[in-house]
Amino acid sequence: MNNNHASQARLLGRLFENRGHPRGIRQQTMEKRRNRLLAIGVVITFAFLVIAGRLIDLTIPGKGAEPLLASASPLRPAVADRVGIVDSNGIIMATSLPTASLYADPVDVPDAGEAADKLVAVLPALNRAEMMVKLKSTARFVWIRRNLTPKQKYQVNRLGLPGFYFQRGERRVYPHGRMAAHVLGFTDTDGLGIAGIEKYFDNVLRNGKASLALSLDLRIQSLLHQELSLAMTEFKALGAAGTVLDVQTGEVLAMVSLPDFDPNVPGSGDKDGAFNRMTKGVYEMGSTFKLFTTAMALDSGTVTLSDGYDASKPLRVARYTISDFHAKNRWLSVPEILVYSSNIGAAKMALDVGASTQKRYLDRLWLLRPAAIELPEVGAPLIPSPWRQINTITIAYGHGIAVTPLQLASAVAALVNGGVYRPATLLKQRRGLPPEGKRVLKAETSRQMRELMRLVVRSGTGRKADAVGYIVGGKTGTAEKVAGGGYRNKAIISSFVGAFPINAPRYVVLALLDEPKGNASTSFYATGGWVAAPVVKRVVRRMAPLLGLAPATGEDAPQPGNRRLAVAGDGSRAARLAAF
Amino acid sequence: MSTFPRTDTSLIGRWWWTVDRWSLTALTAIALIGALMTLAASPPVAERLGLDTFHFVRRQFFFLLLASAVMLATSLLTSGGIRRLAAVVFAVTLVFMVAVLITGEEINGARRWLRLGALSIQPSEFIKPAFAVVAAWMFAKRRQDEHFPGDAITAGFFILVASCLLLQPDVGMSILVAAVWGAQLLLAGLPLTLVAVVALLFLSGAVAAYFTFTHVRIRVDSFLDPSAGDNYQVMRSLDAFRNGGLFGRGPGEGRIKEILPDAHADFIFAVTGEEFGLIVCLLLVGLFAFVVLRGFSRVFRDNDLFVLLVVAGLLVQFGLQAIINMASSLQLMPPKGMTLPFISYGGSSTLALAWGLGMVLALTRERPGPGRLE
Repeated sequence: MNNNHASQARLLGRLFENRGHPRGIRQQTMEKRRNRLLAIGVVITFAFLVIAGRLIDLTIPGKGAEPLLASASPLRPAVADRVGIVDSNGIIMATSLPTASLYADPVDVPDAGEAADKLVAVLPALNRAEMMVKLKSTARFVWIRRNLTPKQKYQVNRLGLPGFYFQRGERRVYPHGRMAAHVLGFTDTDGLGIAGIEKYFDNVLRNGKASLALSLDLRIQSLLHQELSLAMTEFKALGAAGTVLDVQTGEVLAMVSLPDFDPNVPGSGDKDGAFNRMTKGVYEMGSTFKLFTTAMALDSGTVTLSDGYDASKPLRVARYTISDFHAKNRWLSVPEILVYSSNIGAAKMALDVGASTQKRYLDRLWLLRPAAIELPEVGAPLIPSPWRQINTITIAYGHGIAVTPLQLASAVAALVNGGVYRPATLLKQRRGLPPEGKRVLKAETSRQMRELMRLVVRSGTGRKADAVGYIVGGKTGTAEKVAGGGYRNKAIISSFVGAFPINAPRYVVLALLDEPKGNASTSFYATGGWVAAPVVKRVVRRMAPLLGLAPATGEDAPQPGNRRLAVAGDGSRAARLAAF
Repeated sequence: MSTFPRTDTSLIGRWWWTVDRWSLTALTAIALIGALMTLAASPPVAERLGLDTFHFVRRQFFFLLLASAVMLATSLLTSGGIRRLAAVVFAVTLVFMVAVLITGEEINGARRWLRLGALSIQPSEFIKPAFAVVAAWMFAKRRQDEHFPGDAITAGFFILVASCLLLQPDVGMSILVAAVWGAQLLLAGLPLTLVAVVALLFLSGAVAAYFTFTHVRIRVDSFLDPSAGDNYQVMRSLDAFRNGGLFGRGPGEGRIKEILPDAHADFIFAVTGEEFGLIVCLLLVGLFAFVVLRGFSRVFRDNDLFVLLVVAGLLVQFGLQAIINMASSLQLMPPKGMTLPFISYGGSSTLALAWGLGMVLALTRERPGPGRLE
């Protein structure tokens, strides 16, 4: 009963309040405020819950996330492992070794003097005075010494000095030293490539998984390096360069530029040593260009092998006089022009070909634009502009145009391989899949060029390149160096570019000497035929067995130059030609 | 705990039995963690600045002691006393704010500090609680007296304070003051449409700030696109939490404090995470949330609008400041330099917060009489 009364009273009270009584309105307003306060409270609680959730999410390691200690330290993140470089046979040419580098936090070094004394005792290469300056500085990080050996690291650790720490690092090592210095390039102290393949493929090497395989064959690289070094010493040349190309794939089997440097010791070579003569240096090549003049004349149908030109007297064009070094002073057949390296004949042939055809062929042979090789050090050819008649004439025998030796070798490869140009590459190509090339000459022209090149070695200026049994064909080149606006007679670039075996060419070999001096053994001649051709001969003789090419001897030996293509002796008017 | 008998009717005795001892305990715990964290985070910063190792530690310990005294003294005040003191502080700091704009020296591209002899104070820290009280006062008076233009006065004051802050410029502090005032607007019972309009105005103000202030734009952009901007500090902060894990790397074992210039202030939460781990961080989050919600619950049934608005306003300020600081360290929002209450180093901030929380304690004391419902 009492309960009933009480609840009735409460009900009445509520009805009474809700009927516009001032106290009721006040109550309603407070209710509204409470609801809003509740809403704000909910929002703030939600925000705190989000923070708590984020904290838990960050802190409790989820899917394999690891604590990022390395990046929380004040050190630079260690350079990721740089992959190695190998040659085409998988032999290591460059690799990275883990090392420890010592650094100090001078603030944590309590006694700089004691620490310096102890360190110098263990690492005698350190200078005590320098150490004192470093250890008393206010920096929080000073390098003490990079790349300690494991033994040195052990010894430093044993000193138990506070404030000294090791940073794991890498050191780039080139086991073969100078041998392929210009191809490989080198890295800086932080392991970043700054020259050669190391620079060109820096990203690949830094992020790669497997070693980078080059087309180089270390054995051939080694013997080319050796032969060029010997010739450079023998003829007191300023420099030397050479390469071996696979004519079917464009792969560079060897590439040497001398003088060179030791990539293990960056900065070991002087400026000249760092200069890659093969890809960066551009030179007037001289008579080797007569190969291209002849090829374009034959390919365009301007001449046939039985045609010829009068070379009985020097050619005068404007104020220039073009004469022959090995002057025969008579009519010369097209093969004879090459064999005797007649400037007059080549010039007349080029005039018949015409400037635009000459330019088109040279461009197709990639002689007018920089080589597309995988190196940062690539030189652009120097070509005349405008291209006058006199340029057409001089370019016919390799003057007034400067190209890199690599461009020359690549173009010669296209001349002999059936007429297909393939850019030289330093990367190992997959077997059985010759890279797609670009046809630049008719196959027939290429065949004729092979005959002519064999003829040069058999009977012409390139006789000293004839490695018996390997059927070398090629062309010599001797060019006077430009200096002070004119040509210097005594300063020459002597070269020889050859291919073998010339009946079915596999390789192009090029050797070039910069300012060789003749000696008694060469009758004081320093021309390509005397100084560069023997290098090619020796290289061919040494590399052929390594590549599984047996010498052809005796009756079975194909002697195309001998049997089928003979150069007429003096007085004879034409060379008798036969199918190759 | 009960050192005073119930019958003690002295000032202190009555205070002890009426003050909210739960909030008091939570605030004491926060301050103790703050002392610990200053000890952990500030020595490397001091050394980096070429100061004595314990420079910041000594100063912050002094500030914390002073802050305790300020908080306790304020919590003894009556509602009227709080109102009068706040009005005076508001007037004085407003003058200081203008003075800062004229004479203050520029530090990191902003004029925020006022030199008074050997002291150097940040008036904007004090204007936050002072303005909250003055605004609450005006709102409440308007509700008692229809003819009193209280709402208009607070709006005018708000514009004045916000302008001073934006001129410094201190965008973060402006947003905080706006949020607190907006919450009071809501709680004062104004129509929701009006509140929505004000909220929209604030939003457009924020967008305008993005286009006006380069540093705001850079921070927001690099937050939205972490790969583009300079996120170094926040990235290191996240690493610190990850490295801390559940239990932390141990006191003094943290590394982030050696890298971040603001390890003792804006990024002290990251130092806490690295050295003391998730559990202590969660405890800290819980303590902040507890102080806010406990205060809310104490005034939930209070019929005194002024009390409701002051307590809610000050607690929203306190809570938001903690949320913004922690969310910045955790990359939940663009980094905003804001102190973590009682944890971050800073005299002005600590003292102003102590004063604010002192007012909260004073107004949430048990009061007899008609002020309470039921």
